[in-house]
Amino acid sequence: MTELEAGRAQRLAPVRSGAALQRYRDVLIALIAFAVLACLPLLSGSKALLDFIIRCSAYGLFATSLNLLVGYTGLTSFGHGMFFGLGAYSFGLIMQRLGVPIPVAFVATLAITAVVAAVIGAICVRLKEIYFAFVTLAFQMLIHSMILSWASFTGGDQGLRGGIPRPVFLGIDLANHVHLYVASCALLILGLLAMRQIAQSPFGYTLRMVRDNAARASFLGIDVWRAKLTVFVLAALFASMGGMVMALFVSGAYPEFAYWTISGEGIFINMLGGVSTFLGPMVGTVLLLLLNDTVTRFTEYHGIVLGVVILFFALGLRKGLLDFVAEWFAHRRDAGEGR
Amino acid sequence: MLEIRNLAKSFGGVKATNDVTLDFPDGSLTAVIGPNGAGKSTFFNLITGALKPDSGQVLLDGVDLAGRSPPEIVRHGIGRAFQVASIFKSLTVQETMLAAVSADQRSSAVLHKRFPLPETRDRAEHVMELLGLAGKRNRTAATLSHGDQKLLDIALALVLEPKVLLLDEPTAGMGPEERWRMIDKVRELWETQKITVVFIEHDMDIVFKIAPKIVVLCYGRILATGTPDEIRNNSAVIDAYLGTEHAGAAA
Repeated sequence: MTELEAGRAQRLAPVRSGAALQRYRDVLIALIAFAVLACLPLLSGSKALLDFIIRCSAYGLFATSLNLLVGYTGLTSFGHGMFFGLGAYSFGLIMQRLGVPIPVAFVATLAITAVVAAVIGAICVRLKEIYFAFVTLAFQMLIHSMILSWASFTGGDQGLRGGIPRPVFLGIDLANHVHLYVASCALLILGLLAMRQIAQSPFGYTLRMVRDNAARASFLGIDVWRAKLTVFVLAALFASMGGMVMALFVSGAYPEFAYWTISGEGIFINMLGGVSTFLGPMVGTVLLLLLNDTVTRFTEYHGIVLGVVILFFALGLRKGLLDFVAEWFAHRRDAGEGR
Repeated sequence: MLEIRNLAKSFGGVKATNDVTLDFPDGSLTAVIGPNGAGKSTFFNLITGALKPDSGQVLLDGVDLAGRSPPEIVRHGIGRAFQVASIFKSLTVQETMLAAVSADQRSSAVLHKRFPLPETRDRAEHVMELLGLAGKRNRTAATLSHGDQKLLDIALALVLEPKVLLLDEPTAGMGPEERWRMIDKVRELWETQKITVVFIEHDMDIVFKIAPKIVVLCYGRILATGTPDEIRNNSAVIDAYLGTEHAGAAA
């Protein structure tokens, strides 16, 4: 009996530490990444570089959250951008109209997003593939139209003008460019860390099972509908965070933030970076923004260039950049084992 | 004890399952046979909740499960494996097992801990060893051989520690030798795990060799039930299904 227990303990020990180690490793990487990003303003005086990274934070949070749906759960949402817009508008409106401290508006916006996402998700996640994609797109258009037509509240096609007040809290002054930059980086890193935890939790594996074979998952006792709804709401929260970073950055909110093209860019980013690795969308974000910024500088036909690039990834590589790298490594490792 | 009472299901005008009443005592091993379209898979689908019966009862230890959802029925202790291996193609064997145990322990929605949870380890390990998959634990399910995929499918059902295990053609798509290996495994599982096993099988040699009890379905009805000898010599079964070859072999 004791021998059996000892054997069991031996087998368990490495597993427990393995899972814990992975978590420490992720936190360590996050800390290093944050330290590097936070030191950047000391090394470079370039305002454009900091602006670029702030935009990467906003889009990165959004695109990575979309990957929780597309890559991990197999839910291809064409309307995920609505939560980006919702975050930007809710946050902007709360700050403009109520004048509460920024953290309060932040939490309130997340709460609003959660409620809206739960309602929309409850309707959408029952639908299969293409219907899910279309109905999420329809809701996106609905929210966009509401923003346009409810001009007295949202400013209509002019957006939220007059700037978003950014009162100092806890010594953080988001009207200050460097403060805003560091805060954006912090939100990005914390958001990524939280999403990484979701992806590597037992729930994350439930999502993978739902993606691979939802019918089988239900025969293991998993409530597929509830799992899908949960991840739909969680992903919306991080997209909303991205929207808030964007609103803070431009000090306003515009109807384009809620337009379907935002969702399209999210899908585009995921295709560029790849959906099979956690950081794929982050790589895709940097790629897309770089492309956008450089190509628009050289030609007014940047749409054509971007189209060619996406065709190259979709038809040429048939996967995103980080998918490609990951597969190459896996291939090399297998070849090494074979020897 | 699994008791089926007057179970019925129609698709349009076709009675796929027609007033089926059967008992599966605890620890029994039963083969379900019948010609194509006899309603064997429908019968399994009705028991496991994949289809809702029009009428009738599915009683497991006296609790009626008819018409409940698959997750609920699984939680009551009826596990199943599929005719075409139903697995998670991108997960490794080990991840599959650990995630299934998580589901059974109701920790599949846990967000704040890392996968795998330590408490899921022992059961996953046990079932992998039981089915001889421990050596392939790090293989992605999609890369397994057909036979191993079928074993993984059965492992998925078994790891939930069901009272009743329904196997829909465990030997489907296998060569003759592989078939016998699989069916020996099924028999071994039945003997060692002390669970109720019901399996669908087309190969009559296999059925007559290992099943102590046989149910013959035909056009959704029970044509006959009994021991291999009784079935072999049942004239209705010979006419409808076996033909004279097996009867001749018995005589």
